[in-house]
Amino acid sequence: MTQHEVAPKKLSVFQRIRYSVFPGTQRPVKDQRGYRRFFNSLILHFRPRTVPDRTLRLTLSWGLGGMAVVLIFLLIGTGVLLKFVYEPFPGKAYDSILHLQRDVLFGQLIRNIHHWSANLILIVVFLHFLRVYFTGAFHPPRQFNWVIGLGLFFTVLLSNFTGYLLPWDQLAFWAVTICAGMLEYIPGVGLWLQKLIQGGPAVGSATLSNFYAIHTAILPALVITLMPLHFWRVRKAGGLVIPGAPGEIKGTRGESVPAIPNLILREVVVALVLLACILVFSVLFNAPLESKANPGLSPNPTKAPWYFLGIQEMLMHFHPFFSLFLIPILMMTALLGLPYIDYNTDTGGVWFASPTGRKTAVVAALTATVATPVGILADEHFIDLANWADHIPPLITNGLIPFVIIFAASAGFYVLIKRKYAATNNEAIQALFVLFLVAFLILTATGMWFRGPGMKLMLPFY
Amino acid sequence: MSDKKENQHALSRGSRRSFLVKIWIGLGFVALLEFIGVATAFLFPGKRRVTADNFKTVIEAGPADKFPLDSVTAFVRGKFYLVRLDDGGFLALSRKCTHLGCTVPWVSKEKKFVCPCHSSTFDIRGAVVSPPAPRALDIYHVFIENTVVKVDTAKKIKRTEFRSEHIVYPESV
Repeated sequence: MTQHEVAPKKLSVFQRIRYSVFPGTQRPVKDQRGYRRFFNSLILHFRPRTVPDRTLRLTLSWGLGGMAVVLIFLLIGTGVLLKFVYEPFPGKAYDSILHLQRDVLFGQLIRNIHHWSANLILIVVFLHFLRVYFTGAFHPPRQFNWVIGLGLFFTVLLSNFTGYLLPWDQLAFWAVTICAGMLEYIPGVGLWLQKLIQGGPAVGSATLSNFYAIHTAILPALVITLMPLHFWRVRKAGGLVIPGAPGEIKGTRGESVPAIPNLILREVVVALVLLACILVFSVLFNAPLESKANPGLSPNPTKAPWYFLGIQEMLMHFHPFFSLFLIPILMMTALLGLPYIDYNTDTGGVWFASPTGRKTAVVAALTATVATPVGILADEHFIDLANWADHIPPLITNGLIPFVIIFAASAGFYVLIKRKYAATNNEAIQALFVLFLVAFLILTATGMWFRGPGMKLMLPFY
Repeated sequence: MSDKKENQHALSRGSRRSFLVKIWIGLGFVALLEFIGVATAFLFPGKRRVTADNFKTVIEAGPADKFPLDSVTAFVRGKFYLVRLDDGGFLALSRKCTHLGCTVPWVSKEKKFVCPCHSSTFDIRGAVVSPPAPRALDIYHVFIENTVVKVDTAKKIKRTEFRSEHIVYPESV
């Protein structure tokens, strides 16, 4: 009897369940605030307790890293849903997409979200990569995180490419066929690699099951492993790079503010705005789907996926050994090596390193904007070295000679920038980076909009 | 004296341990290599499927007289073109462009194979007329038994350029 009197209140079964799930709500009001703090500490397992006030500025990070995370989760979510409907066999894949779009409730919407998020994430991670480079956020201690970031970028690129084949329409089939054809030109292991990836002599059912496994198991696992490593290194480096004006003395972190609500609120806003934009876009625009893949009929023109169009455009001008192997390898090595160059100064946090850096970057961008189209047009209409020097193999006329010319011109540009603007090597290397970046963007745009049937140069929408 | 001895003893014990550790690490690498080897062998396309289909790889094109001179006939099943040149010789050309693997259609108006992907062109013998294609179209082995033209599609023959010994002539002509 006394025991009953001691018990304050008899709880209903629903209350007992509620308190078992949320034990804090049972406490008096004063303790509940403590409980709230406990709940916040869950967030603080992932985010720092305090952040420097200055790193919260949108003009530092543009929220790009956060956007990439949101897109990854969106892609995993919609991807898992698509797995329930999609059938990775050549005879069935295309029909399962049609079934998804016609008969499955919200099927088209889910595919649209997956498709547009996949395209957007490439743009977002590319912009993130540019942001990190141009704010100098690769100087020590962030060197290795730059390398991890490149790894993530590469993984996202491969995810896009392997996903490209899955609808098994004409666009997918032929884009992957020519990309697999590109592997053939890698000396030594090219043919072996091509056969391994295709699972046979041509793109077929083995290729589809390979790509499906890579796309839905290996690459997501890789992304989920690399992502926390990437974030952890940011935390280890003391958060984002501290933004500063040129010439400002380093080492002042400034005032720190609690991450809750300052940081978390901003992150949630970025995430929600991004989600809303993607949702609206996916309602308005359907992901493309062409007719079913036909191995006997190549469409005219056949183009690689848009993110490989820069390489495809290089292929129009250089011997495949250079455009598909040597130049990409050199670029990749240069990118990986960027943080390990011995720089004159640590320009972390300063946009474009310095006022001189800004000036030389503009000069480089203008040079590339003029030189690249001139080079493309000249090669298309006037220069025909292979015919002028008939007896010399195309590896030299179409490869080595133009390669050496461009290499020498770039080296000359570097020296010129250093002399004329009395630039530090930070600024001169940045100018080279901008030169190649703009040239690559123009090559990509040319491949995307200025190549018509038969891959002939033409004006778009004409 | 005894101190020194003990030190030496500890040192030898240490080096024995480090030796064992090295062995373990070495074994670990061997195991890793084995795993990679097994995974690669598992993933690499096997030959079994090809041999199972082997008896189907010889395609009977038909009697030699059926093909007019200077003509191109497409065989969808074998993925090749049977070409009869104006001197009566036969060639079986792969329909795969040697540049990046697109399917090359025969444009009878221009008397050329024109690749829709990067506009490489080949003449009726498969030789490169205009790049970027680096090599002439691959060929298959053609043989003529009792005036019936047969093509062995099991093995693609790669060639850098067209040569007259690639052509197969029917005996009676």
